[in-house]
Amino acid sequence: MTAIQENLAHVVDDHADHHHEHPSWLAHHFDDAEQQYDSGKLGMWLFLVTEVLFFSGMFCAYALYRNRNPEVFEFCSSFLNEKLGAINTGVLLFSSLTMAWAVRAAQLRQHQLLVGMLGATLGCAAIFLGVKAVEYSHKMEIGLLPGKLYVAQLDGAHGPHKGYLEFICTVPAIVTALCAFYAIYAFATKSLFHQRVAGPMLVAGLCFFGGVGLGQYLEAQEEASKGHGGHAAGHEHHAMVDGHVDHGSHEHAAAPESVHAAETKTAAEIAASAATAMGGTPNVYVSPTELKTPNADVNQRSMAGLFFSIYYCMTGVHAIHIIGGMIVITWLIVKAAREEFHEQYFGPVDNVGLYWHLVDFIWIYLFPLLYLIT
Amino acid sequence: MSVVDRPITAPVHSEVDSYPEHHFLNHSKGFLSWALTLDHKRIGLMYLVGVMSSFALGGAFALMIRIHLWNFKDGWLSNQTYNQVFTLHGAIMVFLFIIPSVPAALGNFLLPVMLGTKDVAFPRLNLSSFYLWVTGLILFLTALSVTGLDTGWTFYTPYSIETQQGGAVLAATFGVFVLGFSSIFTGLNFIVTINTMRPPGMTWFRMPLFLWAIYATSIIQVLATPVLGITVLLLSAERLLGIGIFDPKLNGDPVTFQHFFWFYSHPAVYIMILPAMGIISELMSVHCHKGIFGYRMIAYSSIAIALFGFLVWGHHMFTSGMADVTTIVFSALTFTVSIPSAIKVFNWLGTMYQGTVSLNTPMLYALAFIFLFTIGGLTGLPLGALSTDMHFHDTYFVVAHFHYVMMGGTLVAFLGGVFHWWPKMTGRMFNDKLGIVSAIIVFVGFNLTFLPQFVLGSRGMPRRYATYLPEFQPLHQLSTIGSITLGSGLLLALIVLLMSLVNGKKAPRNPWGGATLEWMCSSPPPHDNFSSAPTVGDPYDFSNIEYDGRVGGYVKRT
Ligand code: HEM
Ligand SMILES: [Cu+2]
Repeated sequence: MTAIQENLAHVVDDHADHHHEHPSWLAHHFDDAEQQYDSGKLGMWLFLVTEVLFFSGMFCAYALYRNRNPEVFEFCSSFLNEKLGAINTGVLLFSSLTMAWAVRAAQLRQHQLLVGMLGATLGCAAIFLGVKAVEYSHKMEIGLLPGKLYVAQLDGAHGPHKGYLEFICTVPAIVTALCAFYAIYAFATKSLFHQRVAGPMLVAGLCFFGGVGLGQYLEAQEEASKGHGGHAAGHEHHAMVDGHVDHGSHEHAAAPESVHAAETKTAAEIAASAATAMGGTPNVYVSPTELKTPNADVNQRSMAGLFFSIYYCMTGVHAIHIIGGMIVITWLIVKAAREEFHEQYFGPVDNVGLYWHLVDFIWIYLFPLLYLIT
Repeated sequence: MSVVDRPITAPVHSEVDSYPEHHFLNHSKGFLSWALTLDHKRIGLMYLVGVMSSFALGGAFALMIRIHLWNFKDGWLSNQTYNQVFTLHGAIMVFLFIIPSVPAALGNFLLPVMLGTKDVAFPRLNLSSFYLWVTGLILFLTALSVTGLDTGWTFYTPYSIETQQGGAVLAATFGVFVLGFSSIFTGLNFIVTINTMRPPGMTWFRMPLFLWAIYATSIIQVLATPVLGITVLLLSAERLLGIGIFDPKLNGDPVTFQHFFWFYSHPAVYIMILPAMGIISELMSVHCHKGIFGYRMIAYSSIAIALFGFLVWGHHMFTSGMADVTTIVFSALTFTVSIPSAIKVFNWLGTMYQGTVSLNTPMLYALAFIFLFTIGGLTGLPLGALSTDMHFHDTYFVVAHFHYVMMGGTLVAFLGGVFHWWPKMTGRMFNDKLGIVSAIIVFVGFNLTFLPQFVLGSRGMPRRYATYLPEFQPLHQLSTIGSITLGSGLLLALIVLLMSLVNGKKAPRNPWGGATLEWMCSSPPPHDNFSSAPTVGDPYDFSNIEYDGRVGGYVKRT
């Protein structure tokens, strides 16, 4: 081996030279750990850029339609339960903490702590989804569905229980059951590796149902606190207190062509009349001039449907990202249980962490935009 | 310790002439060694086969259209079928052929070799990009065979929501979604590779211009494609659930769809043209045996095009309903984006000036590119000007414009690139005489097909119509004759390439006299690209590269 070759050994690709051995965690086409780490990191940042742009389309749609029909958005957002949204925000923020802690643990070779932190993150994600499941099913039960499916029955006289929650919960239930079997197997065989994997997975599965329980409790409380009779009344109270939907408070007088929006009507009446209207003609067309009138009927089936379309699209795509995150975190738990990470090789934890913070970050925008702004 | 300080001269010079015994093609054998390969060169070749097959499919549809239009009425396709045929022609050509053509096929093969690395940064991601592309292909074929898509490649709402071909719209939009991610991952992979894997000595300004072009393209792929992803996702939801965001019946806004669509699809035309421009920069300097003129200007103009390209999407919607001010701004911005393109054309001409031009097949394609792209670019300007676009919008003038840039530009450059790097990729020389004939037939056939369409469009022939006024018939027939000529030229090019595999001479290391790194390794390259570390020098310094009759190629003087 010549001196020049010696010098070049690390450079491009002198593959035959095994000067510095390639450890198993270092892919063969990288020169050293640093290059591998930098590549992974840059790759993840670019991926996050694409994610932001992916969501940006929906943020634009939100801005556009909100700008056109602010009253529709105000009215509809009063049906979202801020308490549940706030709890989910807290849960996600906490999970970002545990995720960041996991990165630290990986760097310090604290394998047990790493598994614990990843497990905690996974659990938080599951709680988030559990709460979300309650929110979704609750809205679906009273017909607050996207676009042309929107059939709101706000008078509280909504028909038989349609079982959306049970439906949503079947898959998590199956997964949790499988996790339970896996956990039994892991503890029976006394395999540390399997215990480290199965434990967090089972906990996460149970967390989902914890989230569902929490969500239902709070949803019930919300209804009870609004006293007598059904959702509409509940929301009437809600709306009145916040001055949301009270058309009388609008600056512009009711446009003559908007039938339902008489100045004297209370929110409850509006809601009720909305319910009747919604039972009637499907797909009411609202002309562009009408759309520009601030007092155009906010309860027009299709206009409210548009809000819920945006709501379901944004939170749904976000939830898919949570599920994707849970899958990769599980993969990390497997690797962590094998004690693969160390100060030279923690890129995967770091990068999944970045992804997780982004998912969290997007929710931080979604929560105020959808639930809070009035 | 860096390579620059201690340049090694002509790496393994003794091997220059010998055809390598071991190379990436025979490194391992069997179907799985290809299907599961992580080698960027094999993935590049699989893409090459894939995109060329898609091109053949799209081309068959094109000929069906042209034959149908021979008579002004009663063509051989029903109106409904006609709609499906032009839709599939456009969608296949755009999403399956032209967008992946240069970056994914040639780029995959060349980028690591030109850069001097073993592979791209994420080989597994690279392979999954390929399989995403295959999935997209399958979805498109489903759309084609199940019912047939009839929305036009643009999927404009509300028609795409209302058409009876719902299954096809779903399959195709999902296909576009998947293909989008294939494209994003390729771009991401390339950016990371260029940023983090350049060997010592390979500074940014020693990169071949093809890599600059690929880099700029990758930026667009990463920044624009996600928006297309969410757009087609919302469109699928529109079809499945009726979410109403783009549906005027549900108070949605179809113009929003157009904004979203063109926010991707205008930058996407630069995904198509930038890598082609990169090819031309290489071909020009190598076949003129002269350093590229204005290296930095070309490099910067690629980036400028990538960034400006994001600001002009509105020029596709001048007649769709936008505020007057908005249209004026979009029109003005459209003019600015043509400046960097023009800079490149001047630089290529400057490169040829006083060069020793070898008029071989790749060079002829490159010359054809310059001619055709210039016409295509210049006719973009009347389309970008508000007053004239009011007339030209949705006429054959637009059809001719984008075929001049996409086919005359990208496809011709792609062919030039394929011929140029064919010896490197396959280790075989092709028949240059026949190649030259193919280039001439393609050039003549192309102009015969599309020049008449400018005239047709300016006289008011609308695009996408299955029938037309009798007075347009002569020009349409001219165009049809041209398309058949063009088709035979392309067929000849394919035959020339395939024949070389059967009876082509073994290719030398450096058949054209290039100075970039890919010409330093054997043809075809070994599995790990370089048997010993390459010297990174000026990619356009031809001063010590000379022809050596003994090896039938060029060698670097030591
Ligand atoms: C050099 C600068 C260019 C300018 C100023 C320009 C301008 C325009 C304008 C204003 C339109 C809209 C015409 C209309 O629909 O009324 C258009 C259409 C189009 N351009 Fe260009 N263009 C340029 C380069 C390119 C390039 C490089 C490509 C592709 C490689 C391209 C591909 C297209 C396509 C595909 C369409 C039609 C899309 C459709 O409606 O189906 N253009 N161009
Ligand atoms: Cu454009």
